[in-house]
This record gives sequence, C-alpha cells and structure tokens, in this order.
Amino acid sequence: MSQIVVETQGLSMRFGGVTAVDNVDFQLRAGELRCLIGPNGAGKSTFFKCLTGLLRPTEGEVMIRGETTTGFDPHRIARLGVGIKTQVPSVMDGLTVAENVWISAQRVHSAPEARLAVEEMIERFDLGDIAERTVDRLAHGERQRVELATVLAAKPWLVLLDEPAAGMTAEEVERMSAIIRDINRHAALIIVEHDMQFIRAIADRVTVFYQGAVLVDDQVDRVLADRRVRDVYLGKKA
Amino acid sequence: MRPGEALSIWRAMAIGAVALILLPFVMQYYTLTVLVIYGMLGLSLGLVWGFGGILCFGQAAFYGLGAYSYAIAAVNIGESSVPFILGIVVPALFALVLGAMMFYGRLSDVYLGVITLVVTLIFFKFMNATAGSAHVIGDARLGGFNGIPGYQTLNVPGSPDDYLYDDRLYIVCAVALLLVYGLVRWLLASPFGRVSVGIRENELRAELLGYDVRARKTLLFAVGGAIAGLAGTLYASWAEIVTPGLFSLGQSAEIIIWCIVGGLGTLAGPIFGAVALGYLKFLLGQQSMVDNSIVLGLILVLVVLLLPRGIVPTIRDLFFRTFGRRRRRSRRPARRQDNAS
Repeated sequence: MSQIVVETQGLSMRFGGVTAVDNVDFQLRAGELRCLIGPNGAGKSTFFKCLTGLLRPTEGEVMIRGETTTGFDPHRIARLGVGIKTQVPSVMDGLTVAENVWISAQRVHSAPEARLAVEEMIERFDLGDIAERTVDRLAHGERQRVELATVLAAKPWLVLLDEPAAGMTAEEVERMSAIIRDINRHAALIIVEHDMQFIRAIADRVTVFYQGAVLVDDQVDRVLADRRVRDVYLGKKA
Repeated sequence: MRPGEALSIWRAMAIGAVALILLPFVMQYYTLTVLVIYGMLGLSLGLVWGFGGILCFGQAAFYGLGAYSYAIAAVNIGESSVPFILGIVVPALFALVLGAMMFYGRLSDVYLGVITLVVTLIFFKFMNATAGSAHVIGDARLGGFNGIPGYQTLNVPGSPDDYLYDDRLYIVCAVALLLVYGLVRWLLASPFGRVSVGIRENELRAELLGYDVRARKTLLFAVGGAIAGLAGTLYASWAEIVTPGLFSLGQSAEIIIWCIVGGLGTLAGPIFGAVALGYLKFLLGQQSMVDNSIVLGLILVLVVLLLPRGIVPTIRDLFFRTFGRRRRRSRRPARRQDNAS
C-alpha cells in the first residue's frame, strides 16, 4: 500500500461556541484523488482551510509527508510542494495570464525553466489566446483555469482544490474533469466539491462530512448509494 | 528581466538626463535642486504605494530622519561621507523595524496608515520638544523648534573644505535621482519587483504560491525608507538647516498629493507630481492673495475627478493610443478602494 502523504489526527476547529470541525481523523495516500463532500455547513471547507494553513486548528495535528504542519502559514505549506486553489478564483487581477503563471513558476524553477513552464501551462490549459490579457477582464471559467494553471506551474506533488467546478458551464465542467484526471497522473489531490456528476466523473474515493465530523469514507459508488448520505443531503437526520 | 526592459530603462534615464540638463536654462539651480529632491521623495512613496500597495502616510518620517541623521552626524564628524551614508542607513533600518512590526503583526491597510501617520507626528512632537540643553547627541544640539543649523554640508569625499553647493549640488542631486530611478526600475523588473506587484494585486494568492508576503513587504518598505532618507540627506545639505517641520502633517500630506496628481503605478508620475506641485508652491509662495494649501487642495480634487489615474498615466495612455502601442497593464496602480478600506 502506498505511503500516507496527508494525515490529520483529532483535528477540531471551533469558532466561539460553534464546532465547525470535530475530531477528524483523515488519511490520504500518495497518488490518491479524494473528494470531500457534504451539505452546506458540514465543515469540509473549514477542514480544507486547516490543511492549507488558512486556519489554525483549535485542536489536533496536521501532518504532510510525516512533517507536522499544524499552525504553519500558507506559504510554508505551499513550499512543501502543495498547490492550493481557493473556492473563489484567487488570481492577480491587474496582471496578465502569463504573468500570473510566471510568478508561480519562478519560485521553483530557474529563469529558462520558468519560461518553459509558463508556455507549457498556457498550452495545457488552452490559454494562448488570452495569455497577454489581464485577468480582471476574463470570464469566471477562464479565471478558474488561470488559477489552476498558476497553481500547477509550481509542479506540486499534492493539489488541494476547493470547488474547482463551481460556476462553470457543463462544457467547462467536462474539460475540468479531464484536467483533474490529468493532474492526478502526477499528483495526489484533495477536492472539496458539491457537484455529484463532477464527483462521479473524477473520484474513486469520497469522504462525506456532516456536522463537522466524517460520516462516511468509502468508494464513490458505495458512498452515493449510502442511505445516510442521501438523508443528510435531503436534510434528514443521519 | 523581460526582453527590451533594459533598453526601456536606459531610454527613460536618457530622457530624464536631457530634461535635467535643460531645466537649468529656465530655472535657478537653487530652486531646481529642491525640486529634484522632492522628486526623489515622491519616487520613494510611488514605489511603496504604487507598486507595493502599501499606503504609507508617514513617508515624511523617513525623510526627516534622513535629514536629522545627516545633520547630527555632520556636526559630530565634520566630513560629509559618513553622515551621507548614515542619512540613508538610519531611516532604512527604522523602516525595516517599523515595517516588520506592522506586516508581521498582520495589520490591515487602515491601521497601517494610522500607525505610519502617528509615528511621523511623534517625531514632530518630540523634535519640537528638544529645545533644552539636555537634548544633545554628541556635539549636536537638537534645538527643538529651531532645529539644527550650521553643520557641514556635502563636500567632495575626502575634502571637507570643498563644498558641493549651487550647480554642483544640483548635479549631485540630479545624478542621484537618475541613479535611484534606474535602480528602482531595475528592481521592479527583477523577480522581486514582479512578485511585489503580484502581492499588491492579491496577497492571498502570493502567500498560497509560497511567497512570504510579510518579509517581502517589509523589505520593499525599507527600500522606500532608504530613498526617502537619501532625499532627506540631500535636503539637509541644500537647506543648511533641519527643523521639525520635516516631520509635519503637511509634509506627509504633500507627498501623497504628489503621487495622486502625478499618477500612481508609474515612477515618473510621482516625480512629475512632486516637481510640478513643488514649483507651483514656490510660485504661490511669492504672493499673498491665495493660500497655497487651498490651491493644492483644489488641484487634488480636480485631478481625482477629471484624471483619476493621474497626469502621467493619462498622458502616456493618450500617447500610446495615438501611436497605436498597447498599454502595459501590469503597471496598473494599486486600486484606490483597496487602500481606502
């Protein structure tokens, strides 16, 4: 069995009296693609933010490749080789598409390699026509692709994506599915997502969050057939 | 550095050099020298605000600190080489410490503006309260409201009796401005500068890409402090007296107005704004009918309403539209709503 690359032990996050993440034990193995799903307020995005350093957990540990990263700032987590994409596309609006990708690439590559990485990402994400346009002038789907290209330009071995298909057209979702499967050939992924069709298209294994805790963790078909999962999505008590 | 960037820097420096050579034909060296110094001070804020997105209300603190450091060291040492260096290093170090406190403290833009302003006013109040004989550093009396007069002004390095004044001081200031402009352009074209602009656009994204945003902002802030310190040092040599007025609220506000009027997101804009408004202030100082603060305020309001991007970016856009060259969007100024929030 492959190595565990991400692990949380007893991870909890409280905001005042509200427990958003409750004692979560989680493991991800090298090369795995895991989707985190759950109804609104289930705690999956908060859990995601604890992994990325955007939130400091109240209790518990986060380990990435065996190194405890609890309380690390996001830039230190990114420097471990982790690519992070946020829910709302987080891009550098006043810069061109190529500049966005270059800023990511130049941190990990030499100058000539960074230029090649930019060219590669622009071709891979079909951004050639808009490479010299500023990002603030792009449509939502294009911004999603620019952000993903920016994240991948640093060649991460672990990619964390928060709702990569949000706000996309059916055609764009299909294209995103192909992109994610391609990313998974070289990197492990954790994806927070709502779109069940999208999840079916990309995921092998799914972790269901409910009321801050892990409700089910299993193969996608079994999870989607699970009565408890259907109940929580329909608003019934699990 | 992008292809053609080096050529662009040399071209801009050549245009600046021609302007600095021609200006003495229409203006006295004495007035021109202080305008060039103002240009450098405007450039310092233009860098940290226009390219780093850091709205510093207290750039006058580094300017005044540079002037006072030079004056105090010059009184104690005599020959101007070491005081000149101290006039740059002391404000740079102070900016480094202040910046580290603010950025590592994760202060929002509003608090950052308030703190830099308050620090400047603390210097202003403190320097005004140093009139007694107890306030001395070595042989230098701080002098309170009257400031420090009578120190050694800039001299040819190693020759304390060979003073640099009038046309020679102008040449020193003009060359310093050109060099600083070239260095800042080079800095902005380097990976550090390009990432700084990225941080201005989206701090979170830069952080998620693995950049230590706090360290980079602190460093850029210190560079801005060093340039303002250099401007203060040159001013001390030009004015031959330093007073607490260098730290005043009016001085701080003027630098911000220079940047807004000239145009943020460019380096030429703040220099132009400083020189143009500095000269206007000089002209208005020769009459007593209209208060120059009212005129400056009116110009600021008109520019914000009619040319919100500032004079230089507007002229540049007009030029490129006329001659069909695409505008370089990456030099877009920091969004004002971000800084006002």
